[in-house]
Amino acid sequence: MQEELLQQINELQEQVGKLKKKVSKIENARKDQLSMAVVSGDMDKVMAAMIMGIAAAAMDTKVKMFFSFWALSALRDKNKNPKGKDFISKMFGIMLPKGKNQLKLSNMNMVGIGPMMIKYLMKKHNVLSLDEMFKTAGELGIEIIVCEMSMGLMGFKKEEFIDYPHLSYAGAATFVTDAGESAAQLFI
Amino acid sequence: MTNEELKNLEVTKSVDARGTACPGPLLEAKKALGTIEEGEIMEILSADEGTKVDIPKWCTKQGHDYLGTVEENGYYKIYMRKNEI
Repeated sequence: MQEELLQQINELQEQVGKLKKKVSKIENARKDQLSMAVVSGDMDKVMAAMIMGIAAAAMDTKVKMFFSFWALSALRDKNKNPKGKDFISKMFGIMLPKGKNQLKLSNMNMVGIGPMMIKYLMKKHNVLSLDEMFKTAGELGIEIIVCEMSMGLMGFKKEEFIDYPHLSYAGAATFVTDAGESAAQLFI
Repeated sequence: MTNEELKNLEVTKSVDARGTACPGPLLEAKKALGTIEEGEIMEILSADEGTKVDIPKWCTKQGHDYLGTVEENGYYKIYMRKNEI
């Protein structure tokens, strides 16, 4: 009788152990984290990404923003002029917006009149400007990860990016890993 | 809670976020939350209509008590109680 009971207890302990492992796996799999792949360099899309990132961070969700391709223009500092670029990189540098305040709208750009109007309206409606958004994001600890590959492809240099407190450089696998651990993922 | 009950609450901290748009009020509320103790009540003034939906969501997520919203002339007063996280 006693032996039977002991055996049953042992079996139960084993099962509890297995369950504990499973639970910790599930907990780790879905962190309270938001991963964003920001690919577009349109002002409206970068803005949407920043606003959602800030809102999430304000709710104590960890935010990781992976900037790639056209979105890298938003991270350029207009006062920085890196040296040692080849001809094509220089051309890209000239043709692409130099920083977040030069981004175009995806709609109604109208040779720059659209963004001017939007900026005026944002001010009127007390919406944070893009500069303020990046400042706030930095204060909230939002991580910005620059895609190394597209940075190289488009001829950007690390020296021309903004001074952001949580800026790092990584590859696509970093995004995939972060996104897999996050409760929410966005592609913008 | 009824509007009367909400208005009679003893508020420890009042956050005037009427000068900001989404997600400004949430940000200011988050900042101010650190200045009050557990069990104390905070009110958030916001002219942004989205905030009265956002704050309850935030409270649920973080485990604070959302108490209710009073609509004033052109803005909202949103009440919440801080809990231990």
